[in-house]
Amino acid sequence: MFKRKWAIWMALIALIGTLLLSGCSSKNSSGEDGDGQVTIRYWQYDYASRVNAMNELIKKFEAENPDIKVIHETFPYEQYQQKVAAAMQDKKNQPEIINMYMGWEPKFIDQGFLQPIPDELMTAEEIESHFVPMIKDYQFDGKYYALPIAVRTLAFFWNKDLFAEAGLDPEKPPQTWDEVLAVAKQLTKYDASGTLQQSGYGWNVTGQDYHLFMQVLLRQWGGQPFSDDNRKVTMNSEAGYEAFKWWMEMNTVHKVGKEDFLGTYDKAFLAGKTAMITDGSFRLGGLKDATFNWGVTELPTKTIGGEKHTFGSFFANGITANVSGKKLEASIRFLKFLISDDTMRFWLENVGEIPASNTLANDPALQNDPKYGAFIRGLSYAHATFFADEAGERDAFKLGTDEVVINGADYKAALDQIVESIQQIRDEYFSNH
Amino acid sequence: MEKKPFWTLQRKQAAVAYLFLLIPLIFFLAIRIYPALDAFKTSFQVKGSQPFYYHYQAMLSDKVFSKALINTILYVVITVPLQMLIGLGLALLIQSLNKGRGIYRFIYFIPYVTSAVAVSWIWRWMYFKDLGVFNEILKFFGIPAQPFLTHPSQALISIAAVIIWQAVGFNMLIFLAGLEAIPKLYYEASAIDGANRRRTFFHITLPLLNPTIVFLAVTGVINSLQTFTQVLNMAGAQGGPLNSTKSLVVYIYNKAFLNFNMPYGAAMTVVLFLLILMITIIQIKFLSRSYEHS
Repeated sequence: MFKRKWAIWMALIALIGTLLLSGCSSKNSSGEDGDGQVTIRYWQYDYASRVNAMNELIKKFEAENPDIKVIHETFPYEQYQQKVAAAMQDKKNQPEIINMYMGWEPKFIDQGFLQPIPDELMTAEEIESHFVPMIKDYQFDGKYYALPIAVRTLAFFWNKDLFAEAGLDPEKPPQTWDEVLAVAKQLTKYDASGTLQQSGYGWNVTGQDYHLFMQVLLRQWGGQPFSDDNRKVTMNSEAGYEAFKWWMEMNTVHKVGKEDFLGTYDKAFLAGKTAMITDGSFRLGGLKDATFNWGVTELPTKTIGGEKHTFGSFFANGITANVSGKKLEASIRFLKFLISDDTMRFWLENVGEIPASNTLANDPALQNDPKYGAFIRGLSYAHATFFADEAGERDAFKLGTDEVVINGADYKAALDQIVESIQQIRDEYFSNH
Repeated sequence: MEKKPFWTLQRKQAAVAYLFLLIPLIFFLAIRIYPALDAFKTSFQVKGSQPFYYHYQAMLSDKVFSKALINTILYVVITVPLQMLIGLGLALLIQSLNKGRGIYRFIYFIPYVTSAVAVSWIWRWMYFKDLGVFNEILKFFGIPAQPFLTHPSQALISIAAVIIWQAVGFNMLIFLAGLEAIPKLYYEASAIDGANRRRTFFHITLPLLNPTIVFLAVTGVINSLQTFTQVLNMAGAQGGPLNSTKSLVVYIYNKAFLNFNMPYGAAMTVVLFLLILMITIIQIKFLSRSYEHS
């Protein structure tokens, strides 16, 4: 009898305890400081060179703008998007400016995390004339929600030592894709038991070749990946089938490269086992420690003098949805500072990412830079892919290429399957827009 | 007669005990029970005109979900029996030693206490089709290179092998403890009765190991139904190639955190929970046997 009554009491206290705990969440902070100073928070994911650069920039900004204080907070990449999502549900402790990968913009906007870039900062026309063309690929109903400090493009890397070893001129990288294939065949080595020892071209799907196919090869062959409004997937045109077959055959027929060779395409290149790869400007940092001579040039074309295309991507800064009044004003001033040419030059020197403004992109000194030149020249013809669901679309693509590589499926059928899957993803996204 | 006061010594002592228990209980409720209930609630979050059971319905027609379910069952069926068998074998061998038990125990237990992520990556490198250690060894014997993680026919088994390799140490240790607990008396008695090694094993050792077997089987199944770390690090979040290694938890992670479809992920988590509960109850009912020590 006594035991039962106590058990009931304990259960009640435990229940109340849980309810109390769930109710009491984070602290209440009002935000505006007493002495006329406005505090804003800037969030990005934890990447050493970017974090250090941003800390320097904030010091500079605060010196020039003593009435604004910027708090810089970072999170590990794997948790970053969840942190943003959690903060935006909370209504308290929301950051004023967040940094995000362009591919996350559709999701973030859908969830109501961002507000459009205010006209006082930049109108849509000003944005389009100030920033490199790829910015136009991420507009929503004619509005822009985030602005980049720096962007990345793809270019062509080659291992000069492997070229020289095979008797090829190390200073003359291939200019067309047919030349790439011919050179790759010369530089691919298999041993007697069929083990790949050296790959001519670092073919892959999980790396940059996915973007290479969609925004470069497809276009150079005469097709395009999506309709202009991004709603329809148009990869499986006649030109599309041809481009897909040509690219897949590098792996299945010519065997100059494959996914999973020494882990990933970039590791194999850094190990000196792959002769040529398509990769982004972000690779330059790691190549400083390379034990071989390498070069980088613009991506090859289909024919000599043919159309140039490359894939561009960027991380951009946007203002969160609930910012208004003095904090909005402060955020606009900080954002204006971030996208200035001075900041972009500083970013190039300290982070190694290429500037996002047209003025810098057209600077002859930058265009002829031995390291960054190829990437900067690519800015004028770079396309950024609009992703409705970045992870999902890439998965759908890999499933299709795996069917060809592993199960020997027909190229047309595989590409049709890829298009169908991605079309489903896009239909779902656009049905709400 | 004088009325007894409410706060007798016995009650005071009990109250203090309950008070001390209350704090971890509240912590446990907040950290474990509340999030579980919240996930349950999230699984019913629907958009627009969808019915509240929308995500559960979607699961039924989701081919990738079925594949993940089948893969998960395969992981359980392959890893649990094998890790127990090998663990038992090692325990029997080690127990029969007079010297060096400690060293062998130590060697076989090390994999279990090594980081699963580190182990997964090293094995991943060893499994490389070109220039990986295993294929180089096979080459030496004239056997053709195997695709291992790069082909659907071998990928799941390759990952299962790594899981077994790590779990064997734990099974061996628990079986050793179970074997030690069998009174020598029974072995002496059966020797007197003239039983050979086989009969001794099947009629004395194995039945008396029943509690150990139940424990290892139940915990082994509960763990392997949640296979995640090894798959993520050896095959990626896609559970490739062609979804052949995708386990349920990997698929849940994929949907909830990479596709940001939290409600669907939550629904699958609820189904997984019910599956684990059901299987555990069945296991305990069918495996537990008490043996009369007559």
